Amino acid sequence: MTETPETPARSWLTRLAIYGPLLLFAVFVVFVGSQLGRETRVTVTSKLIGQPMPAVNLPGLGGAPGLTSADFKTGKPVLVNVFASWCIPCRVEAPQLARLTAMGVTVNGIAVRDAPDDVAAFLKTNGNPFTRVGLDKTGQTQITLGSSGVPETFVIDGRGIIRYQHIGEIRPEHIALLMAKLTEAGR
Amino acid sequence: MRALFLALLLLFAAPLAADPTMPPAALADTPLPDAAQEAKAQALMHELRCLVCQNQSIADSHADMAGDMRALVRSKIAAGESPDEVRAWLIKRYGDWVSFNPPTHGAALGLWLAPLLFLGVGLLLALRLFRRRGSETKA
Amino acid sequence: MIVELGHAALWLAAAFALLQALAPWLRAPADDAERWTGLAVPAALAQALLVSLAFGSLVWAFATSDFSVKLVAENSHTMKPMLYKLSGVWGNHEGSMLLWILVMAVAGAAVSLADSPLGDRFRALVLSMQGIIALGFYAFLLAASNPFARLAIAPTQGNGLNPLLQDPGLAFHPPMLYAGYVGLSVAFAFAVAALLERRVGPAWAAAVRPWVLAAWAALGCGITLGSWWAYYELGWGGYWFWDPVENASLMPWLAATALLHSVAVLAKRDALRNWTILLAVVGFSLSMIGTFVVRSGLLTSVHAFAVDPARGAFLLVLLALYIGGALLLYALRASTVAVGEGFAPVSREGALVANNLLLAAGLGVVFVGSGYPLLVDVLGVGPISVGPPYFNATFGPLMIPLVLLMAVGPFLTWGAARTDKLARKLAVPGLLAVALALYAFAVWDVRAAFSLIGFALSAWLGVATLAILWGRMPWRTPRATWGMALAHLGVAFTLFGITASGALTRELLVNLRLGESAEVAGYTMKLVDVAPVAGANWTALEATLDVSRGGQPLTVLHPQARLYTSPMMDTTEAAIHTRINGDLYAVLGKPDGSGRWQLHVWWKPFVIWIWAGGLIMALGGALSMTARASARRSAAQPVGALVAA
Repeated sequence: MTETPETPARSWLTRLAIYGPLLLFAVFVVFVGSQLGRETRVTVTSKLIGQPMPAVNLPGLGGAPGLTSADFKTGKPVLVNVFASWCIPCRVEAPQLARLTAMGVTVNGIAVRDAPDDVAAFLKTNGNPFTRVGLDKTGQTQITLGSSGVPETFVIDGRGIIRYQHIGEIRPEHIALLMAKLTEAGR
Repeated sequence: MRALFLALLLLFAAPLAADPTMPPAALADTPLPDAAQEAKAQALMHELRCLVCQNQSIADSHADMAGDMRALVRSKIAAGESPDEVRAWLIKRYGDWVSFNPPTHGAALGLWLAPLLFLGVGLLLALRLFRRRGSETKA
Repeated sequence: MIVELGHAALWLAAAFALLQALAPWLRAPADDAERWTGLAVPAALAQALLVSLAFGSLVWAFATSDFSVKLVAENSHTMKPMLYKLSGVWGNHEGSMLLWILVMAVAGAAVSLADSPLGDRFRALVLSMQGIIALGFYAFLLAASNPFARLAIAPTQGNGLNPLLQDPGLAFHPPMLYAGYVGLSVAFAFAVAALLERRVGPAWAAAVRPWVLAAWAALGCGITLGSWWAYYELGWGGYWFWDPVENASLMPWLAATALLHSVAVLAKRDALRNWTILLAVVGFSLSMIGTFVVRSGLLTSVHAFAVDPARGAFLLVLLALYIGGALLLYALRASTVAVGEGFAPVSREGALVANNLLLAAGLGVVFVGSGYPLLVDVLGVGPISVGPPYFNATFGPLMIPLVLLMAVGPFLTWGAARTDKLARKLAVPGLLAVALALYAFAVWDVRAAFSLIGFALSAWLGVATLAILWGRMPWRTPRATWGMALAHLGVAFTLFGITASGALTRELLVNLRLGESAEVAGYTMKLVDVAPVAGANWTALEATLDVSRGGQPLTVLHPQARLYTSPMMDTTEAAIHTRINGDLYAVLGKPDGSGRWQLHVWWKPFVIWIWAGGLIMALGGALSMTARASARRSAAQPVGALVAA
């Protein structure tokens, strides 16, 4: 090589240009390799945990009273179940909701994108665990809650603060967890 | 290869869910009467991510929940909120994930610095090509 | 039986790939090394023939709906039209990998049959590299993704193919894309061979150039087809969403574009050696990474493959070996490659360096933008989404100086360029650029700065490129110049299409009863009828829209809401009326329950220019390729004569 000796700054750059690609690629392989097989479907959780329950004012079924913000300031922790008659996992979790009710838990329901007749038929078939049911016909309240699917279940404490969000259907093994969260919220 | 495999599962919105029985909210697919407001709403809808789809904006998705979100955007814009306020309202509920426009703070900062870094390193490397001329006698 | 033959042919092909890989390295004592080296060419030809047989037998299984073959049962159906039975061959993971191998083998055969200006030994080395790469993919196919697997009990009917993939645009999109991806493997093999032989220089650049051009043109065609397909098939009028899978095809194209230009510098000035080699390695590496990523399930995309972590791991090991090996060789040899002489700032090579800098930065941005959500999520500080707003704000500004330079570069000479005539040559393009921006501002009412810049740049580039050809005898102009001018003109077309359709789109979203009309951008749409229709494997509701303009009937549009059987799936079939100055794009939505139908109609000005530009670019590449090949042949003649003598 007939080149003039390189200044230190240049040689640093030269080395970067020569070894940089290999290094970057090694980092890439290690990183990607460590992530293979991981669940990439992002679960979008509500960012309102720890925040007050947003204002809710939903009509009820038939002549029954609907769901309003007042229902969350009773001094006692409650569950809010976001569900729909057209949602199959919601049928799967019905027995668990019934069990929670039997254990003395207040469960309120928000029926999303649903016709009143369908909700009534759903509750008739699968049992009605709800103290109050609000009809969220256009899904706007669901968005207000930061919920992105059905079914989802929120734990709200007696002061109306959202304490916990359960995504997906409640299975028998989730009952203890929900009860613990409710107890925690009641403290 | 976009194509090959296109699991447009998103058409079936939430997994294991049948089609909702209710028609979508009126504003899901009805433009606002004020053209300027509608344009603002449209622009915002293209930057908001459909929550139940793989990777689509709510403007492009046929999912029911995307329709609900379009209705929400239109009604808030019609009520006089700015697009940035609507976006912030949604981010407060769903996090930064809901916006295709990543934040300019925190961990996402690197994303915005990347082009500057690439240009900077590239410039340093490229400048040497021109500088060498002076420091070297031509053969 | 034919399927078993195909399977056997694939094994045999793998054996020939092994021979091809070993040929230049074999050296028995007291033996003439040339004899072994000479085996590379026949091995490559045999490999190509055998893979073609294997591929043909799979095509046969699909064409005859042989559902005892697992792949056919899972992806085909007797009721599918023949074209889609055939495109079903590569519309799945295993078949697409077989297509990958096929293209690789065909590329190897092409290298074997084409001139080898760098000599037989060099060609054998290139073929050896290709053989080594192919071996990995043979292993992957035969061990982890056998397309010829039989089912113990053949079902009477197949599962069918995703209806969105049953489309002519899509039938040809993957083969084109693969031709591009895998075509870049030739440049990769050339780079590795050059590093091994220490033969990086102008002769190498001239020899690799046609291969880069071919791959670049095919890749451009593939991306164009894919984008066009997304536009008319997905039913929302978009054509590019910066989706990770789209980006995975864009990145190798960007690398190949940069490579194309740096190869020119290397050929003319004997400079940018390391960088050119690195680009050749990176281009094909990005192709492999893209192939891996869409099968790994790592990124959330609209276009996802069925995911299997074991396959992902297999592919990742292959990547690590090939890319890592090539980069290691680069690191070891790069410092020993002598560096060329310095550049004048205002010169053709100066402009090309700037071109490479901007393209590389753009490539980096696309890479980072695509991978960042995963990184952030893993670090536990996410999740975030990176979409069009990010890429428009970062990639876009990088392309502005690039297009500015693209118009100037061709007027600069190599070495220190004279600048005195430059201003005169660029005056007309400059004036017309300002004029178009003003016109857009005043007449089209465009206010967004980005769009105005887009209009100005497309005129600037288009007119300046025409000026290259201006005053030249078309038949006396070198074909390479024609090719370059066409490719640059294509960019101007695409840029104009993107800008105009983005800035001037008009949208109509209405609920109409039968007999009612609505208007968009001066076109009146009258909903005449909505009636059921049936196709081979679908039924649909089809609207009849009478389109008129100024009272004159123009056309009739038939958007459909389709329901496919096998597999069951709803799709929207947009009806598109394409004119040179724009598309009418109509989508039939749902009934609103009170006798009205929802209609979504867009007027998208000049949108067809986007894909026309893409094809013009590819055409320019193809033209340049033939030019260089013929120029080289005539130049090589005396040398050949000398050797013969």
